[in-house]
Amino acid sequence: MSNSFHLVVDNVDKRFNTKQGEFIAIRDVNLRVQRGEFVALIGHSGCGKSTLLNLIAGLSDASSGVLVCGGREISGPGPDRGVVFQNHSLLPWLTCFNNVYLAVERVFGATEKKPQLTARTEAALKMVGLTHAMHKHPNEISGGMKQRVGIARALAIEPAVLLLDEPFGALDALTRAHLQDELLRIVAETKSTVVMVTHDVDEAVLLSDRIVMMTNGPAATIGEILDVDLPRPRDRIALAENTDYHHYRKAVVEFLYAKQKRAA
Amino acid sequence: MTATLTMNEITRETRASPATPSTAAASETTMIDAVTTTALVEPEVVDSSAAMIERNQKKQIDARRRRDALTGFVQSVIPGLVGILLFLLLWQALSQTVAQFPGPAKVWDSAVKLFSDPFYRKGPNDQGIGWNILASLQRVGIGFGLAALVGIPMGFMIGRFTYLNRMTAPIISILRPVSPLAWLPIGLMVFKAANPAAIWVIFICSIWPMIINTAVGVQRIPQDYLNVARVLNLSEWKVFTKILFPAVLPYMLTGVQLSIGVAWLVIVAAEMLTGGVGIGFWLWDEWNNLVMEHIIIAIFTIGIVGLLLERLLIAVANRFKFEQV
Repeated sequence: MSNSFHLVVDNVDKRFNTKQGEFIAIRDVNLRVQRGEFVALIGHSGCGKSTLLNLIAGLSDASSGVLVCGGREISGPGPDRGVVFQNHSLLPWLTCFNNVYLAVERVFGATEKKPQLTARTEAALKMVGLTHAMHKHPNEISGGMKQRVGIARALAIEPAVLLLDEPFGALDALTRAHLQDELLRIVAETKSTVVMVTHDVDEAVLLSDRIVMMTNGPAATIGEILDVDLPRPRDRIALAENTDYHHYRKAVVEFLYAKQKRAA
Repeated sequence: MTATLTMNEITRETRASPATPSTAAASETTMIDAVTTTALVEPEVVDSSAAMIERNQKKQIDARRRRDALTGFVQSVIPGLVGILLFLLLWQALSQTVAQFPGPAKVWDSAVKLFSDPFYRKGPNDQGIGWNILASLQRVGIGFGLAALVGIPMGFMIGRFTYLNRMTAPIISILRPVSPLAWLPIGLMVFKAANPAAIWVIFICSIWPMIINTAVGVQRIPQDYLNVARVLNLSEWKVFTKILFPAVLPYMLTGVQLSIGVAWLVIVAAEMLTGGVGIGFWLWDEWNNLVMEHIIIAIFTIGIVGLLLERLLIAVANRFKFEQV
């Protein structure tokens, strides 16, 4: 069991029926993710990376092929896959605490009592460094803090896989860098399996163990997979002078701007 | 500012006499000349001059603030008062040209008399104006409450389930523009009494904004919130209480706000036709008695009560508004 894959995407297609006929978003996607691995999905707009993430999350169904997570086929959304959305999607009428509590109650409420649920919520918020803002409403905190609450909510349910859909895309560069470091710390602490969609090359190389590069849509598929063999914990400043880091970066940029440009 | 700076420089170098703010504009050389020829002065006098300059500046700022506040007040209140004055003048002119049309002074006297004893009771058809207003409000309250009880849940279901939406759409579209008074005969026929018929008319007219606005609110819920519900696999009840209801509440309250305006409008008309008690009935009664002052008073009373009702609901709606994040 130690070598079995935590997340398997097997020959997956996704087609949409539109007024102009059938639209193939992605085809023949094969991916295997090991437990504790950090995988980045990168590609141009319209390459189907968010579509693929939605399939893994169970928010839509594959047109053909199979997705398996933790040994069970994915047939809908579930607490074994925690999702962090690009728009934090916090409910504005609930405090940060209650936003996370909502998720915790759903997953653990049947077997645990309120004090334990509260403890779980507080622990999750502590992990993202938001204990002081626990009882504030989303409109009282900054964009970066909102996104951290989103991460806390996804982590609090102890998912098998953490799915992030361009989680830092809506933030400014400095906040993004700060949150990337936070994410590295959190993932190291929880040893989570992570699939993250991003369009930022530096982010992909800094954070992930493997970069899955997708071809341009329509009918996008996996173009190349790059193993990122950099030592952990990843230090942004040290890596700025690391030749391997720049080699990996170049490889991704080459794929995106040279190879895919020709394909487009 | 320059006065203080120059003064500080001088006091550091030579103990000098304080310069008044008005001489601050003078050139530095003349000030130094003046300083060297004067006697030594104690530091406290110099410091108190700094304080004096500060005080003067503060006085200027306060005066400016008072001026701005006054201007603001004047600009917002005066036009309103001018409008009212013009209205009263127009009214007075009208009363002098049209026979039997009472002027503002006469109406005011009558109003004072009326409102000095608003809660008398001389018989079932002769009550103080206070009782009449309350009777109308009671009917509005009941009809309105029933409309909310039926309309809001219906709005939720129509918004949530597309099939229901399509099913009810033609009926709602046809019935919505019907005048309230057209519903009155049906009410009278079914209930055979004025009071329930009036309540029925309120019900059927105020229900439409509540259904439609609630349905729109449900349909306008951002997909983001529903995604959260899906990803967490929340039960239908949790989706309703934690997501649907709070998200729809502002729309619902807008519907209620629109309804109250309609309801108050309708009750007056319904009461004029059915009689009994109420402000609308009273207005029509006074027409039959040809007491024109009372008719005009009734008009103002209806308008003021309607305004107060709307304001009340706006305050309630604002309590439940949340900023979109």
